[in-house]
Amino acid sequence: MSSHSAKAPYYFVPGPSQWPILGGVTLLLTMFGASAWVNGITWGMYLNFAGIFLTLVVLYKWFGDAISESEAGQYSARVDVSFRWSMSWFIFSEVMFFGAFFGALFYARSISMPWLADLDHKVLWPDFAAQWGNTGPAGTIEAFKTMTPFPIPTINTALLLTSGVTLTIAHHALREGQRAKTAIWLFATILLGAVFMGFQAFEYIEAYSELNLKLTSGIYGSTFFMLTGFHGFHVTMGAIMLSVVLYRVLRGDFTAEHHFAFEGAAWYWHFVDVVWLGLYVVVYWL
Amino acid sequence: MSNTAVDHAHDHSHGHDDHSHDEPHGWRRYLLATNHKVIGNLYLIFAFTMLMAGGVMALLIRSELFQPGLQYMQPEFFNQLTTMHGLVMVFGAIMPAFVGFANWMIPLQIGASDMAFARMNNFSFWLMPPAAILLMASFWVPGGATAAGWTLYAPLSTQMGPGMDMAIFAIHIMGASSIMGSINIITTILNMRAPGMTLMKMPMFCWTWLITAYLLIAVMPVLAGAITMTLTDRHFGTSFFNAAGGGDPVMYQHIFWFFGHPEVYIMILPAFGIVSQIVPAFARKPLFGYASMVYATSSIAILSFIVWAHHMFTTGMPVTAQLFFMYATMLISVPTGVKVFNWVATMWKGSMTFETPMLFAVGFIFVFTMGGFTGLILAVTPIDIQLQDTYYVVAHFHYVLVAGSLFALFAGYYYWSPKWTGFMYNETRGKIHFWGSLILFNITFFPMHFLGLAGMPRRYADYPAQFTDFNMIATIGAFGFGLMQVYFLLAVVIPCIKGGKAAPAKPWDGAEGLEWTVPSPAPFHTFEEPPVVK
Amino acid sequence: AVKDSQGGPAVLEMNLQTPATQIAEQIYSLHNLMLVICLVIFVAVFSVMFYSILKHRKSVGHKAATFHESTTVEILWTIVPFIIVIGMALPATKTLVSMKDTSNADITIKTTGMQWKWGYDYLKGEGEGISFLSTLKTPRTQVGAPGVKPTEARGDNYLMEVDNEVFVPVNKKIRLITTANDVIHSWSIPAFGVKQDAIPGFVRDTWFKVDKIGVYRGLCSELCGKEHAFMPIVVNVVSDADYKKWVDTKKKEMAANADDPSKVWTVDELKQRGEKVYAANCVACHQANGKGVPGAFPALDGSAVVNGEKAAQTAILLNGKAGMPAWKATLSDTEIAAVITYTRNNWSNKAAENIVQPAEVLAARK
Ligand code: HEA
Ligand code: HEA
Ligand code: CUA
Ligand SMILES: [Cu+2]
Repeated sequence: MSSHSAKAPYYFVPGPSQWPILGGVTLLLTMFGASAWVNGITWGMYLNFAGIFLTLVVLYKWFGDAISESEAGQYSARVDVSFRWSMSWFIFSEVMFFGAFFGALFYARSISMPWLADLDHKVLWPDFAAQWGNTGPAGTIEAFKTMTPFPIPTINTALLLTSGVTLTIAHHALREGQRAKTAIWLFATILLGAVFMGFQAFEYIEAYSELNLKLTSGIYGSTFFMLTGFHGFHVTMGAIMLSVVLYRVLRGDFTAEHHFAFEGAAWYWHFVDVVWLGLYVVVYWL
Repeated sequence: MSNTAVDHAHDHSHGHDDHSHDEPHGWRRYLLATNHKVIGNLYLIFAFTMLMAGGVMALLIRSELFQPGLQYMQPEFFNQLTTMHGLVMVFGAIMPAFVGFANWMIPLQIGASDMAFARMNNFSFWLMPPAAILLMASFWVPGGATAAGWTLYAPLSTQMGPGMDMAIFAIHIMGASSIMGSINIITTILNMRAPGMTLMKMPMFCWTWLITAYLLIAVMPVLAGAITMTLTDRHFGTSFFNAAGGGDPVMYQHIFWFFGHPEVYIMILPAFGIVSQIVPAFARKPLFGYASMVYATSSIAILSFIVWAHHMFTTGMPVTAQLFFMYATMLISVPTGVKVFNWVATMWKGSMTFETPMLFAVGFIFVFTMGGFTGLILAVTPIDIQLQDTYYVVAHFHYVLVAGSLFALFAGYYYWSPKWTGFMYNETRGKIHFWGSLILFNITFFPMHFLGLAGMPRRYADYPAQFTDFNMIATIGAFGFGLMQVYFLLAVVIPCIKGGKAAPAKPWDGAEGLEWTVPSPAPFHTFEEPPVVK
Repeated sequence: AVKDSQGGPAVLEMNLQTPATQIAEQIYSLHNLMLVICLVIFVAVFSVMFYSILKHRKSVGHKAATFHESTTVEILWTIVPFIIVIGMALPATKTLVSMKDTSNADITIKTTGMQWKWGYDYLKGEGEGISFLSTLKTPRTQVGAPGVKPTEARGDNYLMEVDNEVFVPVNKKIRLITTANDVIHSWSIPAFGVKQDAIPGFVRDTWFKVDKIGVYRGLCSELCGKEHAFMPIVVNVVSDADYKKWVDTKKKEMAANADDPSKVWTVDELKQRGEKVYAANCVACHQANGKGVPGAFPALDGSAVVNGEKAAQTAILLNGKAGMPAWKATLSDTEIAAVITYTRNNWSNKAAENIVQPAEVLAARK
C-alpha cells in the first residue's frame, strides 16, 4: 500500500514484553486496594491510587512501544486492518456495557415502577404513586427535584455535536496532509469536550446543592448518575485519546494514508457522541 | 467481509524484526510470552489448576452432603464453597481452558503466524491469575468469601462482607480479559486466514470460536454492568436492586441472565467445535452438513439472547412473558438437534476407530444429549416451576458442563496433545481415564435427577433424611470421578510432557487441517509465510 | 432407618412427589409425557449411532463412504423436531395459563419470607386477621454441628416440621401472596405444584386448591443466606369444620397474646421477654454470645450503638440498616422494646439508657 508496508513483515508479531504481566500485577494492586477502600480501610485508598498510577505507567510504556513499532514501519496494511476490527469490536463491547445501564433505566421505569404502584402492591405500599422521579415507595429517600433538559444538557448536546463536526474537519485536513489545520481542529474538538465536562461537573454540583438530587436519591438518582457518570468517564477517556493523537500530530507521526490511531480515537469519540444523544432523550426528555 | 488474500503477494519481504525470531527460554518464555503456543500452555495450566481447586471445593460440598446433619462445616461456609465452586469452575476452569485451545489451535488451523495482537494476548492471560488470587484470597477476609451463589443474586449479595467486593472486582478483571481475548480471536479469524481459506472452508472449531467470541463481547460487559450496580448498591447508596428506593431485585436477575444464558453457550459452542473436528477424523469421512453446522451454531447464538428468563420462571412474570421464554427456549433444541444428527450422520458408514479422543467425543454426544433433554424438560415452564432450584437443575447443568464442556476438553486434549508435546499419550491409560470418568460421572450426577424430582433444593447444607441414599451414591461417585482426574494428570498428562512415543506430524490418519502439516511438536514459529489453501 | 415423610418426599423417591392438587397432577403427567418423548428420541438417535459404531468400524473392515451432505435429510431433521417441540409446548401452555389464574379465591393468605422463617397473614376470607410466624421445629440436637454429633435421633420429618403450621380448608381455592422482608426466598410445596419466589418490596401471587386432607411439606427454595436449609413450610389441609375450629382457637390465642403497648414494664420483665425475642430472631446473626460474625454481622456486645442513645438503636430495629432487616412489620412494640432492653443489659453491656418502653417504640414508629 504505502511506503510503510514495503519494509514491513507480512504480519508483525511483537517479541517478549514485560508490560502485560506488569499490567496484571498493577491491576491486582488496584482492585485489591479498591476492595479494601470500599470497606472503609484507609490503606485501600492509597493502594488503589498507587495501582491506578502504576497501571497508567505501564500503559504509557506499552503504547510507547507500539507507537515506535508503528513509526518504524513494522505495521503492514494487514496489521492496520486488525486494528480496525479490534476497535470496532471494542466499541461494540462498550455499546453493550451502556446497554446494561440503559436497560436498567428502562426496566426500573417501565416495569418495576408501575408494579410497585399497582393494586396488589397496595398491601405493602399503600401510598405509592407511579411517577418517574419519585422518592421510592418506602419513603426513606429525601425529596429531590428532577433534571430538566434546559439549559445545560441542551448546551452540552450542541457542544458534543459540534465536536463531531470539528473532528471530521480535522480528519479531512489530515487526509489532505495539512498538519496545522488538523491540529487546530483537533484541539478545538478536545476543547469542546473539556467544556462539556466542565458543564457536566457544574450540573452535578447544582444537582447536589440545589436539587438535592444525589446518588442516594432512589432509583432516579441511581440511574441518572450511573448513566451520565459512566458517559462522562468515557468523554474523559476519549479526550485523553484525542490529546495523545494531537501530540502525535504535532510530532508529525501520521501520514495522509497511515493514521489509524487518529481514526480509532475518532470512532470512539463519535460513539461517545451517539451515546450522549441517547442519554439526552432518555434521561432528560422522557 | 474479510480482506484476506488481497495484499499478501507483494510484501513477502524477509525483513522480519529480529526479536520475534529468537525463542526465549526460562522464565522469560512464560512471563513475557507473546507466542500463541506458550500462552496457550499458560491458559491450559491455569485452567487445570483451577479445575483442581474447584474440584476440591466440590468434594468438600459432597462430603458435607454425604449424610444429613452438619458434619464438617457451618452452613455459611458451605454456601461459600458452593458459590466459589461455581465461580471457579465457570470463570477459572472451563472458559480459560477453551481460550487455551483457541490460542493453540486457531492460528495453526487458519495458517496464521500468531494471534492478531500477541502482546494483548499475553495481557488477557496475565489478568487471570490476579483475578484468581483476588477470588481465592476472599476466603480469608472477615466474613469469608461471597456466599450468594455464583449468580450473586441481589439483595443477598448486598448482605455479604468484603469477600463479595473482591469477587466483584475479580469478575471485572476476568471480564476485561475475556473481552480482550475475544477481540483477539475474532480479529485473528477475520483478518489472518491463509490465502484461500474462505470462511466456509474454515475448520469447525474456528467457526464455533468465532461465534463464541462474538457472544463474549456481547455479554461480558452486561455482566460487568450488573455487578457494578451491585457494588454501588452495596457501598454508595444507590437503589438499583432495592425496592424501598424504587429499584427491583428481579432486575438484577434479568441483567444477570441476559449474560448468564449466552454464557452457558459460551461454554458449550467451542466444545461442539472440538467434537466436530474429532468425529470426522476418526470416522475417516468428512463432516456431514458443514454449512448447516455453521447455521445451527449461529442460530443457537442468536436464540441464546432471547431465552434468559427461563432461569426466572418462579420469580412470577406475567404469563405472556413466561410463554415467550418457554417457546424460545424449546426452540433451541432444534439447531442443537441438527448438530447431534450431523455428528451421527458423519459416523454413519464411516470407517471408525476408537482411540481416546473419539471415545471422549462419542461419550460427549451421548451424555451431553441427556443433559440437553433435561434442559428441554426444564424449559417447560410448569415442570420448571416444580424443579427450579432443585438438584434436578444441578444434574442438568453438570451433564452439559462436565460431560459436555469438560469431556470435550479432554477429547481435544487427547486429539491435539501429540501436536503440543511431540509425544503420543498412552492409549491404555487414556481409555482407563475415559471409562472411569464416564461411569463415575454418571454415578455422581445421575442420582441427582431423582433428588431433584423428589424435591431436594440446591444450595442446601443439610437436607431431609429421605434424600440420604442418593446423596451417598453421588458423594462416592464424586470422589471416584475426582480421582480419575488426578489419574489423568499423573498418568497421562505429566508422562506425556516428559516423553513417550514420538508423535508424527499427523498421528491420526483421518485427520484433516493445516495443523497437521507442521511437525510435532509444533515449532515455536509456524506459518510465518502463510500457506496457500486450495 | 428413616421412613417416608407424610406429605413430603418418600425414601428413594425417583419421581415427582405424589400430587395433591390438579395442577400438580397436570405437571406430573406433563413430566411423564416429556420423559417418554425424550426417551424415544434418545433411543432412536442412539440406536442409529451405536449401530453405526458396531458396523461401520475399521476393525470389521468397513470402508468409509464419502457423502457429506443431503439437503433433504437436513430439512427433515429440522422440521420434525420443530413439530415435536410444538407438540410439547401445547399442553404446557394450557397448564401454565391455569397456574397463573389466581382469580376468584376463597381465602387469601399473605406470606412473608424472612431470614429464616415465614410469616403468615390471612388477608381475606374465613380466618381474616389471623397472623403468625412459622419457624423450624427440628431441634439443633438432631442436626448436630461440626465436631458435635447429634444427640437425638432424627424424626421422619427432619427439617420439614414447624412450630406454627398453615391451616387451610380442603377443596377451597387459596390465593397465596408472597413477599419478603430481607432477601429473596421461595415458597414451595412440591405436592401442590407450587413454587413462588418471595421478593422483598414486591408481591407475587400463586394459588392452590387441595383435594386431599393431610399435611404437606415444602422447603425454602431460593438461596437466602446461611439458614436457607432451615426454613421449611408446612401446610395442614383440614376439613371445613376443623378449619373453623382452628380459626377460633387461633383468634383467641392471638387476643390473649396481644400486648398493650401502653403498659409500663420493669427492666427485668423486659429482659426476660427480650431474651426470648433475641433467641427467636437475632441469635442467628448476632450469635448467642452477642459477638456477631466478624465481617458479616456486627457484634452487639460492647457495641457503641447498643451502649449509646436508645433512639438510634430503636430506629435501626424498626427500619433496618444494610444487612439488618427492618423489624417494624414482624415484631410488636413490646417485643422490640424488650429485645433492646435485653441487649442493653446483657453480656458486658451496661448502657446508660438501659430501658426502652413499648410506648417509646410506638412513638418512634411515626
Ligand atoms: C454448557 C452449558 C449448558 C447448556 C448447553 C445448556 C443447555 C440447555 N439448557 Fe441449561 N443450564 C446451564 C447450562 C447449560 N444449559 C446451567 C449452568 C444452568 C443453571 C444455572 C444456575 O441456576 O446456576 C442451566 C439451567 C437451565 C434452566 C433453568 C433451570 C432452573 O433454574 O429452573 C433451563 C430452563 O429452561 C435450561 C434449559 C436448557 C435448554 C433447553 C438447553 C438446550 O440448549 C439443550 C438442547 C439440546 C437438546 C434438546 C438435546 C439434543 C437434541 C436432539 C437430539 C434433537 C431432538 C430433540 C427434540 C426435538 C426434543 N437450563
Ligand atoms: C463449570 C463447570 C463445573 C464443573 C466441572 C463442576 C464439577 C463438579 N461439581 Fe459443580 N457446579 C457448577 C459447575 C461445575 N461443577 C456450578 C456453576 C454450580 C452452581 C453453583 C451455585 O449454586 O452457585 C455447581 C454446583 C455443584 C453442586 C451443588 C452445590 C449446592 O447446590 O450446594 C454440587 C453438589 O454435588 C457440585 C458437584 C460437582 C462435582 C462433584 C464436580 C466434579 O466433576 C469435580 C471433580 C473433581 C475434580 C476434578 C478435582 C480433582 C481433585 C481431587 C480429587 C483432589 C485431590 C487433592 C489433592 C491432590 C490435594 N457442583
Ligand atoms: Cu429462605 Cu431460602
Ligand atoms: Cu439458560
